[in-house]
Amino acid sequence: MNIDVGLFNYWVVVFLMVAGLYTVISRGHLIKKIIGLNIFQVSVFMLYITMGKVSGATAPIFSETATAYSNPLNSVLILTAIVVGVATTAVGLALAVRIQEAYGTLEETEIIEMDGGE
Amino acid sequence: MPELVNIALLSFLVVITVVIIRSRDLFTAVMLSGIFSLLCAGLFTVMDAVDVAFTEAAVGAGISTVLMLAALSMTNSKEKVHPTNWGALIVAVLTGALLVYGTQDMPAYGDPGAPVHNHIAKRYIETSLVEIDVPNMVTSLLASYRGFDTLGETTVVLTACIGVLLLLGGRRREEDDHEGS
Amino acid sequence: MKGHDILRVTAKALIPLILLFGLYVQFHGDFGPGGGFQAGVIFAAAIILYALIFGLDEAKEAVPPRALELIAALGVLLYGGVGIVTMVKGGTFLAYNALDPAHPTHGQHLGILLVELGVGLTVTAVMCAIFFAFADRGRRS
Repeated sequence: MNIDVGLFNYWVVVFLMVAGLYTVISRGHLIKKIIGLNIFQVSVFMLYITMGKVSGATAPIFSETATAYSNPLNSVLILTAIVVGVATTAVGLALAVRIQEAYGTLEETEIIEMDGGE
Repeated sequence: MPELVNIALLSFLVVITVVIIRSRDLFTAVMLSGIFSLLCAGLFTVMDAVDVAFTEAAVGAGISTVLMLAALSMTNSKEKVHPTNWGALIVAVLTGALLVYGTQDMPAYGDPGAPVHNHIAKRYIETSLVEIDVPNMVTSLLASYRGFDTLGETTVVLTACIGVLLLLGGRRREEDDHEGS
Repeated sequence: MKGHDILRVTAKALIPLILLFGLYVQFHGDFGPGGGFQAGVIFAAAIILYALIFGLDEAKEAVPPRALELIAALGVLLYGGVGIVTMVKGGTFLAYNALDPAHPTHGQHLGILLVELGVGLTVTAVMCAIFFAFADRGRRS
C-alpha cells in the first residue's frame, strides 16, 4: 500500500511548534511552561529527522545487504540537541524549585504581584 | 506499511499534545509527556534514526520524567485556571499559518535527491568505512568527524550539573537564618 | 518502598542486568546503535532505580555524591586529554590518526573508544548527581 505521506510530517511539526509556543506564552505555571518548551524542542527534532529519511534506505549502520543509507548527519545533530535539551530542563526545574521556596507559588501572575506589580 | 505506521504515530502525537496543554493537573501532564517521548522514539525508529530513538527513549521517557516528578513533588502541582488568552492564540495560529506556507517549499518526504543528502553527507557515507573503519556511521560522525562538537556538548552537560548543584545543593534559607545573624 | 516485596525482589534481579546492558551499549556503540550518551543514561537509570526502591541513604552510600562530582569532571578531562595527546603526538586537536601513526584506523578506534568512555562517565555522573540533588532538597522540606 503506497500512501503518499507528502507534507503531512511537516504539518505535524508545525502543529507541535505552535502548540509548544502557545503553552510557553499563555500558561502561567512555570513547570507547564517548561513542558511546553520540551514540546517545542521535540518538534524541531522531528523536523530534522524527517528531512533525513531516504525512502527505500536503511539505518546508517554499515551492512552487507544495504543499498542506500539514510542521512547520518541529521541524527548526529539531534543527538547533541536532545542531551542539551535535558540539561536545560534540569536547570529550569531547579530554578522552579528555588522560586517555589522563595515565593511560595509558581504562578507567574502571583509572583509578579509579590514582586511589586511591574 | 511504514507510511501507515508513520501517519498513525503522528496522529497520536497530535492528540496527546492537545491533552497535555489542556490538563490542569500537572502530574497528568508529566505522565503524558513521558508517553509523548515514547511515541517520538517510535517515530524516530520508523524514520531510520535508531541512535536518536535510543537516546530519546532513555532521556525523554526516563530521566526527564523522573526530574519533573521530583520537581513537582516539591511544588504545588495544580495549575490555576485562567480565561483563554486570545492574543496568544492568534499569534500562535498566525505563526503556524506562515510556517505551513513555508513548508510548501520542502522536498517530498524520503526524496533521495534532496539537497541535504547530496553534499557532505554523501562524502561521509562513502568514506566513513575506509577512513575510520567503524560500521556505525553516526558514531563515527559524532566521535571523530564532529568530535569537537561532542566535546562542547559534554561540557554543556557538566555545566548543567554544576548549575543544579549550586542551586539545589546548598543549605536552605530558613536554616541559615536560624544559625547566624 | 522497603515493605513492597515484589518491587524489592524484582529490582534486585533487574539492576545488575540494567548495568550490564549499559556496559554493552557503551562498548558496542561502534557496531550498532549506542554510544556514550545512551549508556550513561542507562547506568544512571539503574542507580536511580536503586535509590527509589532501597532508599536515598543506601544509594548515597553505594555511590557517594563526592565521587560523582569527581567522575563527571574526569570524563570531560579524559575527552580533552585525548585531544591534547594527539596534539603532543604531532597531529591537530582530536586528530585520532596521530595516536597510532603506523595504522591510522587503529588510532581512530582507540580515540573513539576513549572519547565515548569519557562521555559515558560524565553523563552517568551528571544524571545521578542531579537526581540526588533534587531528592535531597525534597527530603529536607
